[in-house]
Amino acid sequence: MASSALAKPQMCGLLARRLRIHIIGAFVVSLGVAVFYKFAVAEPRKKAYADFYRNYDSMKDFEEMRKAGVFQSVK
Amino acid sequence: MLSRAAWSLALRRGGLGTLGIHSLGGSAPSDRKMPPYTNYFAQRSYPMPDEPFCTELNAEQRALKEKEKGSWTLLSDAEKVALYRLQFHETFAEMNRRSNEWKTVMGCVFFFLGFAALLIWWQRVYMFPEKPITLTDEWKAQQLQRILDMKANPVQGLASRWDYEKKQWKK
Repeated sequence: MASSALAKPQMCGLLARRLRIHIIGAFVVSLGVAVFYKFAVAEPRKKAYADFYRNYDSMKDFEEMRKAGVFQSVK
Repeated sequence: MLSRAAWSLALRRGGLGTLGIHSLGGSAPSDRKMPPYTNYFAQRSYPMPDEPFCTELNAEQRALKEKEKGSWTLLSDAEKVALYRLQFHETFAEMNRRSNEWKTVMGCVFFFLGFAALLIWWQRVYMFPEKPITLTDEWKAQQLQRILDMKANPVQGLASRWDYEKKQWKK
């Protein structure tokens, strides 16, 4: 088959190229996932806990629970 | 009739997974041994089978094989293709061609899922006993009220979604 119009395809270094692409991709993807998790999950969660406990009155909470009747040791 | 067609289809695709033992060539040319007496089985992961595809050659093909023993630059393109076709059943492009089998597979999967759903529905109507008391709506409402009273997961979970002043879920 006389190859008149086809260019010669890539003959060597195929695995090296594939590995390079996939190693870089793996780094980028895992870094991206970690950054996304930090800013979408971890930071909001820390903020939620900080906000909850900033003005938290544990005795008031306890009184509410006691009045609702969930304790066995104190009615 | 349907099972025989399916069985011959499975054999023809060589999908039995065994290398080099039972194989059908599909549209068998006349100069091949009838199955299952060949050792020709080629797939993408096993591209060089033990035997050539055509083992019984006529005189013209034998002459071509003799010519192949000389310098290959003397072969014409048509002769090279003929030698390829003697050695191999299909090219890589032909062997790797896609098919419409996935539609059949998905159809059968959905069909049997639907059938299983019908069976389960019948069971629910005719076989299942009464729900236990803990699964009735009144009991579940009392259970939820108790969980909210205990303020379970008040930071990000269930109790954080309940408005204790207005006694309703937060919007």
